[in-house]
Amino acid sequence: MPQIAQIAETYSSQIFWLLLTFGFVFFVIGLGMVPKVQGTADARDAKITGDLDAAKAAFARADDAEADYRVRDAESRVAAQAVMARAKADAAKASEAKLAAADAEVASKIAAAEARIQAASNAALAEIETVAAEAARDMVARISGVDASEDAARNAVKAALAHG
Amino acid sequence: MAESGKIDPMHQFAIEPLFGTDHLSLGGFNIAFTNSALYMVLAAVVLWIFVIGGLKRELVPGRWQMAVEYMTGFIKNLLIANIGDNGRKYIPYVFSLFMFILLANLLGLLPLGLFGLHPFTFTSHFTATGVLAIMSFSIVLIVGFWKHGLHFFSLFVPHGTPLPMIPVIFPIELISFMVRPFSLGLRLFVAMTAGHVLLKVLAGFVINSANAGVGYGLTVGSASFVLMIGISALEVLVAVIQAYVFALLTSVYLNDAENLH
Repeated sequence: MPQIAQIAETYSSQIFWLLLTFGFVFFVIGLGMVPKVQGTADARDAKITGDLDAAKAAFARADDAEADYRVRDAESRVAAQAVMARAKADAAKASEAKLAAADAEVASKIAAAEARIQAASNAALAEIETVAAEAARDMVARISGVDASEDAARNAVKAALAHG
Repeated sequence: MAESGKIDPMHQFAIEPLFGTDHLSLGGFNIAFTNSALYMVLAAVVLWIFVIGGLKRELVPGRWQMAVEYMTGFIKNLLIANIGDNGRKYIPYVFSLFMFILLANLLGLLPLGLFGLHPFTFTSHFTATGVLAIMSFSIVLIVGFWKHGLHFFSLFVPHGTPLPMIPVIFPIELISFMVRPFSLGLRLFVAMTAGHVLLKVLAGFVINSANAGVGYGLTVGSASFVLMIGISALEVLVAVIQAYVFALLTSVYLNDAENLH
């Protein structure tokens, strides 16, 4: 077994070259280069985590904005409904008042017209009485030759009119 | 023995100085640049090139950058799972350890023998795995005593141990703790050695049975060859698992040092 057979001649060379090469590996590669490689990987991990966090925060902000928008939307809906209800009430009140005014006017016009009609019919009745009395006096004069007085004719006409 | 002696399954572990550096020395110690050292350098260079591809530092990574970041992320998750957030500071060490062992294991499995080269797996040498294990163990000791002082010894007395049991439990826990560097280093060395020996023995079966005759070649040889294919796949898995086990156990031990129990 050369590992044992040659140990006396080779151990110093083995140890020397191993320390030299491993020293190079440790100091140049291990201490000099590996931290940079690992630093790059760590920086990338940090960047990915940071980006993910930023994306998460942006998501949260978007959610907040949406919730805010919803709240304001609901608020303005309520406000609009209130304005609409008020406008409706106002309009109803105004039309009621107008209707009342119009009703009153119509009523007064009707009353005036009724009064006029009443007056006209009274006048007409009076005229008919007069004409009838004249006719009655004429008829009495012609038939009996008695000149009936105006009052008697009028009374007779009234009685006849009242009996229908 | 004479027949099978042609192929020595242990020869692949032989260390040979290269480029005439046999007698290169430092402070009286031989530091010849061997085939083992060559594969250590190769593992380091391949790892270096691999990680350079991860330094593009783009926000949207390409395939290569993704692969490098996957490996560092894998080690980071391993450490955080075992130690907690304190574990992040060990990423450079455990990453170096894991990738260096992984590339050593995989480079040693490359079928370079087809091109006349001799692949070598330095993690099949306990002189190499032992250094790595002692390094991990030393870090555990240093961190443990640095953070907790002498309180670190409470690691050897699990919570809720009845007072009369402490004299018994303490040595057991201490021994199990002291065995850690050996188990760490020997596990990797044994796993890699065993796999490579098995592959070479089966390869020897294929060659020797083919040389012994067509009948042997078609029966023993082809059966061994099919087995080799399966075991080669298994060895790739073992190469990854052993590197993972080394990194995992290191992080488990580091957890003891960081958080005691």
